[in-house]
Amino acid sequence: MNRAIVRLFAVVILLFTVLVVWTSRWTVFGATALDHNPLNKLAFFASEKVKRGAILADNGEVLARSVRASDGLWRRIYPQRSLFAQTIGYYYPGSGRYAGLELARTAALKGLQNPLTNLFGSFNGVPTVGDDVYTTLDPKAQSLARQLLQAAITRDHALSGSVVAIVPQTGAVKVLFSLPTYDDQHLSGCQPPGCSQFFDATQGRYPPGSTFKLVTTTAAMNSGKFTPNSTLAGPSPLMVSGQPLHNDGDVSYPPSTTLTEALTYSINTIYAQVGQDVGGRLMQQYMERYGFYSIPPLDYPANQMAASGEFFSPHTCFGNRRTEMLPVTSSCVDLGRTSIGQANLAVTPLQMAMVVSAIANRGRLMQPRLTSRVINSAGQTVQTIRPQLYDQVMRPQIAIELQQMMRHVVEEGTGQAANLGGLNIGGKTGTATDYTRNGVEYDDAWFVGFPESDPRIAVAVELTDIPNGYGGTYAAPIAAQVIKTLLAEHQ
Amino acid sequence: MRARNWELFGLIPAALLLSAGFAAVYIQRSNQLSTVSLVYGAIFLGLCLAGHIFVRITLPHADPFIFPLVAVLACFGIVMVYRIDGATVARLQAQWFVFGLVLFAGTVLLFRDYRKLENYRYLIMIGSLVLLVLPRVPHLGEQVNGAYLAIHLPGISFQPTEFGKVGLVIFLASYLRDHRQALASGRRILGYRVPPLKHLGPLLVLWGAAMLALILLHDIGSSLMFYGGLLAILYVATDRISFVIVGMLAFAGGAWYLGTHIPHINARVQDWLHPFDPKLYGVFGGSYQLANAQFAMAAGGLFGQGFGHSLITVPGSNYLFIPVPDTDMIYSIITSELGLFGAAGLLVVYVLFVARGFKTAMLARDSFSKLLAVGLSSVVAIQVFVIVGGVTRVIPLTGVPLPFVSYGGSSILANSVLVALLLLISDRARRPTPAA
Repeated sequence: MNRAIVRLFAVVILLFTVLVVWTSRWTVFGATALDHNPLNKLAFFASEKVKRGAILADNGEVLARSVRASDGLWRRIYPQRSLFAQTIGYYYPGSGRYAGLELARTAALKGLQNPLTNLFGSFNGVPTVGDDVYTTLDPKAQSLARQLLQAAITRDHALSGSVVAIVPQTGAVKVLFSLPTYDDQHLSGCQPPGCSQFFDATQGRYPPGSTFKLVTTTAAMNSGKFTPNSTLAGPSPLMVSGQPLHNDGDVSYPPSTTLTEALTYSINTIYAQVGQDVGGRLMQQYMERYGFYSIPPLDYPANQMAASGEFFSPHTCFGNRRTEMLPVTSSCVDLGRTSIGQANLAVTPLQMAMVVSAIANRGRLMQPRLTSRVINSAGQTVQTIRPQLYDQVMRPQIAIELQQMMRHVVEEGTGQAANLGGLNIGGKTGTATDYTRNGVEYDDAWFVGFPESDPRIAVAVELTDIPNGYGGTYAAPIAAQVIKTLLAEHQ
Repeated sequence: MRARNWELFGLIPAALLLSAGFAAVYIQRSNQLSTVSLVYGAIFLGLCLAGHIFVRITLPHADPFIFPLVAVLACFGIVMVYRIDGATVARLQAQWFVFGLVLFAGTVLLFRDYRKLENYRYLIMIGSLVLLVLPRVPHLGEQVNGAYLAIHLPGISFQPTEFGKVGLVIFLASYLRDHRQALASGRRILGYRVPPLKHLGPLLVLWGAAMLALILLHDIGSSLMFYGGLLAILYVATDRISFVIVGMLAFAGGAWYLGTHIPHINARVQDWLHPFDPKLYGVFGGSYQLANAQFAMAAGGLFGQGFGHSLITVPGSNYLFIPVPDTDMIYSIITSELGLFGAAGLLVVYVLFVARGFKTAMLARDSFSKLLAVGLSSVVAIQVFVIVGGVTRVIPLTGVPLPFVSYGGSSILANSVLVALLLLISDRARRPTPAA
């Protein structure tokens, strides 16, 4: 009998091994699938038990925080409402919907920073308080940007507008704002016009107009083909790709015109020649160094940002079926007009801010970033987001020459509206005609600039479809105001 | 070290588990639990100690590990009950353990010579079978989720199957002790040794009873438990694996037929196979319970979420994520809070308990004691397999309590008798024979 008992015990061991194996099937091997099962309300409510960390401005002002609702779950509130709605995004418990920084930094906000606490913390239960995320954003400047854009929309009849301000040395984003925006509290009723979840600053692609001449100049001078004193003639019109290209006011310029003058007065026909001389291959190379043709390396959801480049709508380039982004070297690209920011070029305000930021930082393009550090509930810094180099776009000497050329633009050229006393702003205007109706041109107005004597901030301003909207008239004053405020803030 | 000192020593893990568990749950849920509730933990520890002292006096030679292992399981149970249901139910559970201890003491004192149970074996068998069918008696029993599991008397509700399992094991051990030789012999038919019908008859009756339990009670779990116990004792009694194989085939055949022909059982099988089918999930009494048990276990992972961190009810309501979390589904909550490691640890405690039970059987000097010890241990092992296997979807889910852990009076009382019998057998088996 005893032999049979031993065998029976072996059967018991076998049965219990089966139980352990099956338990591990659900707890470990199949756990991820179960956690994501749409019927699984448990996993959802479990995540709601965590008090999500706050999102704060650079100065500590609260941009998003969690409050306990009557049902014991946490709710998210956004004290600044529409001012930071698109920048911070939203997180809706109950629907599992995230956007913006709430999505990009969700791991930190849930308090899962440290993989060690993640593993061993489970002995004491999962963390119930998330970490706070400090952004680099400046509420005062962001608020000014809203005020100025609102004026451009109501007074100047712009359709929309964006302001992006970056610290060139660190990539810290101080202002990231677009109108129209939305109110976090009333997202469900958000309908255009007047309300939009589309974030123009990172997703909106517009022809950059003459601001793009900065990129062309970079390629021309850093490749050694041109200097600020190189001379070219600027006849108007000039045949480019079989079509006549005009200068503003149809003015022709003599052969003694320098490249500095061509930038200062934004001479299209000279820049078309410069771009064609530089060639598609080099243009492509420099655009990529500036960050074109890639989703910007910002700590923001990739699906809420757009890459900038040459875009061809369906059936406009050898039977392309969909809208395609093509390199400048493509035979469909009109290189002359690309060099002046026209034709098929489509660029986001964030991308233009990166361009001017690289120039202001002597050619070193820093990765733009919205967050500076993560602080846990005990007040300890658990993560510091350090400045990172994206690319050395050009030699420092070339950048300094380019800065001086941009100073000329504001001092005596198209950007004089940005010439505030004492700030020594250098910049570049851009005006790209979107369409003409009843004899009125509707233009995308741009200005990118920085204070040349104290380049601690770089700004890009874009206004969409202003009637006869010169960048120098409408966008330049906004940029100057934002620069002035930010410099005063960070003395 | 003497056996009883080992036993006292063995209570330390149980005490640690209880203290740590109550402290953890109390800290986690201090807004809902009063300081007084911690007293129930202390009372419970006192019960364990009282049990030990009683065993020390009355059963000095008994296996020193069985009682501490049961104490660990019971402590595990009361911590989970405290955690799931709060102080009031934990107090009730502790109260049931007081009664259990009394019944334990009564059994030990009354059946010091447990072999006199053999005199009443047919009475015990009939009593057990009556207990099994009681829930089906109109006005007495109640249908829960399609199965007849409990009976209700004024002021009390209890699950007779828990007592039935102990009674049937006693009968089987006694009956097979008498007939094991005859069953193992028998004439050869087609090379297979068929036992004489006279001896086989009562066993066929039991097979029929198990099937009847399925048909009448719709209770797959209990019938599997009884039948498994029967096969275990039969195998040890006759040492013939062919009996086990034939027996399992017969059960499988019966179960397959009933699973495909009785709608309630078929529904259980469907829930088992497709718990996440929205149609089954949405039906009242459908796969909701089983599916959510899987989700809860998934939330546990390797180390668990920690005591008190599993969600029992939908926040802001009293709606349970997993129906009956404190009885049938307690394993899913344990896994959710203590993870794979905690759950495996619990199963290891059961295996150790069964090992000590089998060890007792091996040391026992007479066949009845051997078969009784094997039967009682096996029935616990099979019960754990039925409910844990049901929760983890090894087999279709049927509700039986997790022995010593689940909340519930019937289960505690019946298992107290079971442990008392095991310790009685062990005490006799290990008693030193006077030097001849």
